[in-house]
Amino acid sequence: MTDAALPRRQPFALRFPSVMIFLAILALFTVGVTILSEGFGIGVISTSFIKTLGKTLCLCLVALAMDLVWGYCGILSLGHMAFFGLGGYAIGMWLMYARTEIIVLESLAAAPLPPTPQEVSDGIATQIFGVVGSSEFPPIWAFAHSLPLQLAAVVIVPGLLALVFGWLAFRSRVTGVYLSILTQAMTLALSLHLFQNDSGLRGNNGLSGLQNLPGLDDVPQATVSLWFFWASALALGLGYVLCAWIVSGKFGSVIRAIRDDEARVRFLGYPVEAFKLVIFTLTAVIAGIAGALYYPQAGIINPAEIAPIASIYLAVWVAIGGRGRLYGAVIGAAFVSLVSTWFTGGQAPDINLGVYTISWVDWWTVLLGLSFVAVTLYAPKGIGGLIDLITERKSPNRHGASLGPDQGSLREQEAEK
Amino acid sequence: MSTLLEVSGVSVSFDGFKAINNLSFQIAERELRAVIGPNGAGKTTFMDIITGKTKPDEGRVIYGDKSVSLLKMSESKIAQAGVGRKFQRPTVFEDQSVFDNLMMALKKTRGPLAVLFFKPSAEDNHKVADLAEQIGLSGALHRKSGELSHGQKQWLEIGMLLAQEPRLLLVDEPAAGMTPAEREHTTDILREAAKTRAVVVVEHDMEFVRRLNCKVTVLHEGSVLAEGSLDHVTKNEQVIEVYLGR
Repeated sequence: MTDAALPRRQPFALRFPSVMIFLAILALFTVGVTILSEGFGIGVISTSFIKTLGKTLCLCLVALAMDLVWGYCGILSLGHMAFFGLGGYAIGMWLMYARTEIIVLESLAAAPLPPTPQEVSDGIATQIFGVVGSSEFPPIWAFAHSLPLQLAAVVIVPGLLALVFGWLAFRSRVTGVYLSILTQAMTLALSLHLFQNDSGLRGNNGLSGLQNLPGLDDVPQATVSLWFFWASALALGLGYVLCAWIVSGKFGSVIRAIRDDEARVRFLGYPVEAFKLVIFTLTAVIAGIAGALYYPQAGIINPAEIAPIASIYLAVWVAIGGRGRLYGAVIGAAFVSLVSTWFTGGQAPDINLGVYTISWVDWWTVLLGLSFVAVTLYAPKGIGGLIDLITERKSPNRHGASLGPDQGSLREQEAEK
Repeated sequence: MSTLLEVSGVSVSFDGFKAINNLSFQIAERELRAVIGPNGAGKTTFMDIITGKTKPDEGRVIYGDKSVSLLKMSESKIAQAGVGRKFQRPTVFEDQSVFDNLMMALKKTRGPLAVLFFKPSAEDNHKVADLAEQIGLSGALHRKSGELSHGQKQWLEIGMLLAQEPRLLLVDEPAAGMTPAEREHTTDILREAAKTRAVVVVEHDMEFVRRLNCKVTVLHEGSVLAEGSLDHVTKNEQVIEVYLGR
């Protein structure tokens, strides 16, 4: 046995060229959009479309998380959009609080006596909770005044929920379709809870005005939208590298093994439940961060965002893009959500069949459903599978072995010269 | 030689059917043992109990120098304590290379964090290479294990077990689906392995058991019918009646 047959430890970038290609495309895209934007460039792309693109990057990030938990670890979670929504609520609370505080302070500044802290607090609470008939802060708003604490909540709240939920579910060895149903129940319960006016998060009104950054009223939205676009691109890039690093090593080996044969991994001595819990929690945190970047660009968050269907869409994106490969998730989320925007935005031309006119606003979900079925049946690798057609044309890496069965046939190193 | 594993008075029933009935079994530190018996004798259930997959209704399973009970431990804890198991059907991770399969099995800390930050050392790479040599898969180190032949998969699984460095190796029908040459190689690997650890082989094939040349335990209806050398048990009247006579 010679060392030549063993894998040489190359730098990360060389071992995973797809990561570098992805980062390069993402960087080019970001620079390109910036140049074409209204805020910093020649103004070809409207601010609202910049926001759409920024939101799409966030959806790509949460799709990465979904791919990690489903495509690599085999846990079909149909509740990850709940974590996405929680991240959005966490940052939304601060945005709403801080902006309302400024408005209240301005209106009270005209008063003959300086306002007491209690008056300020009551003023803010009345402004925020007037719509649900309350004028007091619920306990969960205790940290809403502090940006660092709410930023911590973006990570901690989804992470903690995933940790507790995952611990209970995995410990009882709930797997497969039963786990999927449990996660649906979780996201349904959460959205139903938030729909109530006394949930403390303004019921079905949700949190609004999130596109306005407190204290930065004179910065135009054209600029703010680009800030968020860049932040989303950066988060997606970092998330991609993190996911690629996780799945590349032995950890990736173990979670793929768990996906393929959980019982066998247990007999190898790996604590399967702990691995699942780590992946479930980590992806929930990634989803939370993606949500915290998404909703300031969307401007509004309400409980309908975490309805069970949202998480099912997430699974559909990953399936169409190609699960088990990171770029597949990104392609799927970007492609399907942008096409969906196009179809549901009324831009797609209706098809007049004479007796019936196909209006895409109504028929888009049918088309999406059919393509999901078609991908599942006929192209399980998804859109990402098309990449294989290109890479498989190149000769496979033989790790220095001979190229033919005969004595004296060229070895790989010789052939490459 | 001291006892490594002691199973005593174990019973387990599934929906009223007694799969294991007051079974007692002992194996020493370095011993090769063949377990034979007709279908439904409880051979697989016996392994399930030792590896923690099935919890018995009664009885004790004591293991190791510290005489710990395996009954309260999870499957992964039992595996970490040094009990390795090979299944009847070869179960390797077909989507991953032979190298990855062996590296995953290599005896290392099994916690998620340790695994996340794991980097194979030169020594680890060499261990994997040596194992591949031993199981005759040196040339296939970077092939996906799904591409291997049935016999090669069986060997890969044996290699993965050896990589775990278990103190007790449970092997379920290792020779199933192998060519005569592959069987011979498998016998060699098992006898070699038994020089440094305890090996329990469950096997149907008498010729294979004869070649192992070791003490034999005959199971029937969930309990031990006879124990001794192959010649000894094949002369036993009851054994002939329930097993060999058919």
